[in-house]
Amino acid sequence: MKVAEEYPGLYEYANFELPQEELFLPGHGLCASCTIGVIARHMLKVLGPDTIVVNPTGCAEVSTVVYPRTNWAVPWIHVAFGNGGSVASGIEAAIKVLKRRGVIDPNRKINIVVFAGDGGTADIGFQALSGMLERGHKVIYVMYDNEGYMNTGIQRSGTTPFGASTTTAPAGKKVPGNVTHKKPMVAIAAAHGIPYAATANPAYVHDMVYKFKKAAEADGPAFLHILQSCTPGWRFEPKYAIRVLELATETGYWVNYEIDHGEFRVTVPVPKRKPVKCFLQLQGRFRHLKPEEIDTIQALIDKDVAEINRIVGREVIGPVDPGLECLTPRGAR
Amino acid sequence: MSAQLIREKEKIIKQKRIALTGNHAVALAVKMARAEVIAAYPITPQTPVVEKLAEYVNNGELDAEYIPVEAEHSAMSAVIGASAMGARTFTETSSQGLGHMYENLPIAVGMRLPIIMGMAVRTYSAPINVWGDYSDVMSMRELGWIIYITQNAQEAFDTIIQAYRVAEDSRVHLPAVVAYDGFWTSHVLQPLDVPEDEEEVIRFAPITRSWVKLDLDNPAQLGAVGTPEWYWEIRWQAVEALRGSTKVIEEVDNEFGRRFGRRYGLVSPYMLDDAEIAIVTYGSVYGLVKKAVNKLRSEGVRAGALRLRVIRPWPGDLIAKYLGNVDKIMVIDRTINHGGPLYGPMATEIATTVQRPVYNVLATIGMRAIDSDMIYEAAMKVYRGLWAPGVPYTVGLRGGYE
Ligand SMILES: Cc1ncc(C[n+]2csc(CCOP(=O)(O)OP(=O)(O)O)c2C)c(N)n1
Repeated sequence: MKVAEEYPGLYEYANFELPQEELFLPGHGLCASCTIGVIARHMLKVLGPDTIVVNPTGCAEVSTVVYPRTNWAVPWIHVAFGNGGSVASGIEAAIKVLKRRGVIDPNRKINIVVFAGDGGTADIGFQALSGMLERGHKVIYVMYDNEGYMNTGIQRSGTTPFGASTTTAPAGKKVPGNVTHKKPMVAIAAAHGIPYAATANPAYVHDMVYKFKKAAEADGPAFLHILQSCTPGWRFEPKYAIRVLELATETGYWVNYEIDHGEFRVTVPVPKRKPVKCFLQLQGRFRHLKPEEIDTIQALIDKDVAEINRIVGREVIGPVDPGLECLTPRGAR
Repeated sequence: MSAQLIREKEKIIKQKRIALTGNHAVALAVKMARAEVIAAYPITPQTPVVEKLAEYVNNGELDAEYIPVEAEHSAMSAVIGASAMGARTFTETSSQGLGHMYENLPIAVGMRLPIIMGMAVRTYSAPINVWGDYSDVMSMRELGWIIYITQNAQEAFDTIIQAYRVAEDSRVHLPAVVAYDGFWTSHVLQPLDVPEDEEEVIRFAPITRSWVKLDLDNPAQLGAVGTPEWYWEIRWQAVEALRGSTKVIEEVDNEFGRRFGRRYGLVSPYMLDDAEIAIVTYGSVYGLVKKAVNKLRSEGVRAGALRLRVIRPWPGDLIAKYLGNVDKIMVIDRTINHGGPLYGPMATEIATTVQRPVYNVLATIGMRAIDSDMIYEAAMKVYRGLWAPGVPYTVGLRGGYE
């Protein structure tokens, strides 16, 4: 992997206008302050009306398309939980042949996007995703990561972090909640040799929309791993939905980066990190953790940050500054 | 061959006789029907179909997208996606491959997608057995697919073409599977009449694109959540479409007969007019059954036979008509309904249809070979009252119930 020459900072890419038009319509059944809506809405603003959405089973699906209503003003399909990648492969193949046969205007640019949860991507849908990436279907795969199976009631997934208490990895006397750490989905996707893979965070909306744009312009499959805060699953007050996501980035728990044709670039540098405790303590799912266990998580993050800085060749994510306040007022970052 | 010959010669299109295996006959039909997206995964005994199709696409003989998916779950998912986009699609599988697809099979029905699937039938593991029996296709009976069971390569070829026309008919919009014996049909070289002008096939079965699609200019949502207030009504439309497809299947078969000179019906009767004993079965063993019937007839037993060709929708009226006056009905099932009311699925359904017990015989399980003498002997036992109706018997099983 090559490292990009320059490291544009936060919001550098925010110089294109989003349309007024809403394609993700209001009136859905997502939980109060669920950030799935933030992701979907901005995604469609960037991708536009000529977009086909493939939505595997999960929160987004059950709360936005309850017959006879829908919140999607674009063609949308749900097939099953584990097959987003392969359904999209079939759609992409069909569009190719239908363009050749003159059924669809060959000049029409059509975006195909899979909008899938972490379970539908990192677990049951992993194989279909890998097949799709390997075969090079031109599909944008958006994984919204709420770090658990939220639709079925907060079970652990392959991207649930260490220490989180879930219903299938509950914190108990013997075990402090989930014992595995997040599966590195962008690294796995990028290892398929695809042109574009990135992480994003709806709290950094300009960075996120820029990545949707780059994904749409990619000359092959694109994979976006987007952190998504979940009130019932993470157990925070709804008013903190964006704040908790900011803390994820401010603590280095979540690093916003991209791998563009093999070039690695951190898109939201963090000169000084807050301790991960700031991110954890806002959430009920970590409330049981003992100081040693929080130290374990801090160590996991320090290691990931060191690896990113090593790849970049300089300290793009800075050291922990215990003097920083956890909840600085918005804008005073 | 069980095809009923049609007399109106002048309407029949020009054909040439070639020799192909059942599998290659199916691939040729798919090519002539100009499938647009093919997604499939190899499994014995259907593999030569998807290999041949890959060859057609790579040679430029068929303008289609071939998706070499990583598993059958994805094969069915990909054809669902492609069909939802409006393309004519094909996939094929057998046995565990069908098992791996299973989750998506009722979804294709609920979305009313006219996917065509071939199936060279094979039994389920364990023990591993790659050979042909009807365990796989019979496990699809409750899902809403149209199910054809064909007897030979010619019929498999013809039925694939018919199936496209039926499935894409706006009165139907359902997926269909065309099954044929693993090995006994899939791998045996057989004579085959195919149109000299390939275009005849697409003329007979033009791509209608009449189903609900992912249309950018008229966005639809496919696969929405169907709450208890809605699910049943929506599903019932698929139930009714399957029921109504009987008429379309017959219409299409008749017109195919007029144009191509071969027609098969929903069932194929043989010497049933005055029969006192009827042998009912499906797939390639029907040839042996007819031979056994001939032998029984030569010995003065008024025997007849019935072959089931379309088992979903169930042609109950027709079956009742053909079998209603027959004293003894012996059904040879080629798969086991473990622990069921009878041990054979078709025996159970025939018994319900004629509203009396039938003689239930299991044979060819795991492709155990049988011959016409074995069928003859079983029929004789039934005829002489040595076997009782309503209980399972076996033919060819060491230590079985005989
Ligand atoms: C084959 C299959 N197994 C299990 C389920 C039950 N199920 C539905 S949604 C879901 C979890 C979804 O989790 P994720 O993909 O992370 O999305 P989220 O619910 O968090 O939005 C599960 C387990 C299913 N629909 N299909």
